[in-house]
Amino acid sequence: MKTKDKEFSDLVKQKYQHGFVTDIEQELVPPGLDEDVVKLISKKKNEPEFLTNWRLKSYRHWLTMKEPTWAHVRYTPIDYQSISYFAAPKNLDDAPKSLDEVDPKLLETYDKLGIPLHERAKLAGVAVDAVFDSVSVATTFKKKLSEAGVIFCSFSEAVQNHPELIEKYLGSVVPPRDNFFSALNSAVFSDGSFVYVPKGVRCPMELSTYFRINAANTGQFERTLIIADEASHVSYLEGCTAPMRDENQLHAAVVELVALEDAEIKYSTVQNWYPGDENGIGGIYNFVTKRGDCRGANSKISWTQVETGSAITWKYPSCVLRGENSIGEFYSVAVANNFQQADTGTKMTHIGANTRSTIISKGISAGKAENSYRGLVRVMPTARGARNYTQCDSLLIGDQCGAHTFPAVESRNRSAKIEHEATTSKISEDQLFYCRQRGISEEDTVNMIVNGFCREVFKELPMEFAVEAQALLNVSLEGAVG
Amino acid sequence: MATEKLLQIEDLHVRVDDRMILNGLTLNVKAGELHAIMGPNGSGKSTLAQVLAGRDNYEITDGSVQYQGINLLDLEPEERARKGLFLGFQYPVEIPGVNNAYLLKAALNAQRSANGDSEIDAFEFMKLIKDKIELMQISTEFLNRSVNEGFSGGEKKRNEILQMLVLKPQLSVLDETDSGLDVDALKVVATGINSLRDPQRATILITHYERLLELVVPDHVHVLHEGRIIKSGDQRLARTLDEQGYDWVKSEAKTL
Ligand SMILES: Nc1ncnc2c1ncn2[C@@H]1O[C@H](COP(=O)(O)OP(=O)(O)OP(=O)(O)O)[C@@H](O)[C@H]1O
Ligand SMILES: [Mg+2]
Repeated sequence: MKTKDKEFSDLVKQKYQHGFVTDIEQELVPPGLDEDVVKLISKKKNEPEFLTNWRLKSYRHWLTMKEPTWAHVRYTPIDYQSISYFAAPKNLDDAPKSLDEVDPKLLETYDKLGIPLHERAKLAGVAVDAVFDSVSVATTFKKKLSEAGVIFCSFSEAVQNHPELIEKYLGSVVPPRDNFFSALNSAVFSDGSFVYVPKGVRCPMELSTYFRINAANTGQFERTLIIADEASHVSYLEGCTAPMRDENQLHAAVVELVALEDAEIKYSTVQNWYPGDENGIGGIYNFVTKRGDCRGANSKISWTQVETGSAITWKYPSCVLRGENSIGEFYSVAVANNFQQADTGTKMTHIGANTRSTIISKGISAGKAENSYRGLVRVMPTARGARNYTQCDSLLIGDQCGAHTFPAVESRNRSAKIEHEATTSKISEDQLFYCRQRGISEEDTVNMIVNGFCREVFKELPMEFAVEAQALLNVSLEGAVG
Repeated sequence: MATEKLLQIEDLHVRVDDRMILNGLTLNVKAGELHAIMGPNGSGKSTLAQVLAGRDNYEITDGSVQYQGINLLDLEPEERARKGLFLGFQYPVEIPGVNNAYLLKAALNAQRSANGDSEIDAFEFMKLIKDKIELMQISTEFLNRSVNEGFSGGEKKRNEILQMLVLKPQLSVLDETDSGLDVDALKVVATGINSLRDPQRATILITHYERLLELVVPDHVHVLHEGRIIKSGDQRLARTLDEQGYDWVKSEAKTL
């Protein structure tokens, strides 16, 4: 039986729940970008010379590059001169030493987002490095971590306190020249997180960062660097949400992961950025470069992500499997509703012998949204016995949305084994009616089916996060029934 | 209570696309009764069941349906369900990824909260369904599979009856729940249906086979043809139909 268009469009109306702006005073650098701005950012952050030069080199290279156009997304061109490249909460000078010293307005913001920072941190034993706009203003559980020898701090702090690690690893996974957005990020990155787990240490808790975008017109250029030294283990959680506004906002983050021999990094993201309204107005442009380097033998990096936000998402967490027997994993749920465009996927580059990768991608499209999966499995001649398993499933809700998959394989070693499976399914009217006949509402039915569809990915998330991810998914698909 | 009219269908006319499927169907069901509806393929039996359950795309052009003294046609499908109207589907749909037990628990809790009762947890739920699974001879393994996915035809039907037993509807409309069942499964399903027969509840049993009606003895038997009831009787009518087919009823109806 056919979906009724009218009813469908009535139902696909869901307001972003976290839409509000906090009026904390911002210290802004005027919009525009040139070498002076790059130098100013570096100076404001009191950076060592090597970093200032690195930024400048990146900037000069960026000038020679063009924005990529191959992603399956459409958007109005970004005017890079209208963006302000630096914002910091004004009261940073007397930076808070603990949560009590944090601006109450900020805490209020977290409350609105349902992130009771102190409570969550204490109860769950999660260390929270809260990034408000570009600069970290609250870090907890530092002590417990430092006892274990784990360094978990804002990127700026790491630049001041561990410049040798920064100099050694920054850009070693995602070089500035990698792509247009990584070059831009390298020139103007504001802040982010830094993690170093020493040899043989199992990080005693999940590391969690909540990112927020707040200042209007401020492009966000986060920089995250995580290093797991030999035989260490760390699980990192990233969550995002943003206030409602009208202008499109650019976000171009770079995340670099380095896993040395026998080390394991688990990186989980639940993303809930403002997707734009029902007409596709507003919303975040999210162009992110995330890459993990399994540098040592037997190392493992796994990306798990639940994407529900952004007007445009362009994001390919990838793994470079350099070490022998190293393992790369990618588990993803991408939800696109209304006019959202999601173009995500992963790249697995097999270099070492007997490297293995697994890709599980679940795409959900509703409303008029377009959801694309783009994957590349590349096996280098050195990657004897490499194996990949890819599974791409798409779920359509309604009949005005789309799902596209672009899997690509480049194998240059004949001993490699590569498997690919793909399915597309639709929530049928029969399924909806069946459940409603059992007394279950349409919304709950969709949630039930969607959660079932995503189970394989959710089970990869840390417990607490999984519950949150599920709730988030339900919110973002509210009313998306046909 | 026992003689109270639970369901009153008056002169129901239903159109699908441009075709009239039900053409003035009238049927009264009192609490405590079991009505069997028989009739040739395409006569409108499933249509009646779907309309009662509130399926879209059926246009009611005339007539009325009262259930528990209120206008049934005003209610959303889930509201009807929560008021104790249950449809056993002729073709239960598969829902990959949704756990069978989870759906059942969600259904039960939806009904409970509509009635102002507290929701029950997984532990209580398992306790509550234990004897029902046994009665339906369903292994617990089935509870953990996806709803109807890969179930055999007979398993799907037993699963429908299990849901009915858990939800304890006031009015069950069972659409060919006996079709495709082997002899033993038929007995199991019959036992399930009989276990819910009491003065508070009523059942409408849509079937092609008299066999079931020997195990679940109806109070009334109706013959549906071209969208209206052309003959009503008791169990004996079902036996006659089994022996002689529908032709005599059809011609009898024509001469009326
Ligand atoms: N959605 C629909 N669209 C078009 N025609 C329909 C639809 N639903 C039912 N019909 C038609 O209405 C008539 C009655 O169908 P219905 O399923 O109610 O019959 P039935 O008595 O249950 O038959 P059976 O004994 O084969 O199950 C059939 O001719 C069928 O093709
Ligand atoms: Mg039928």
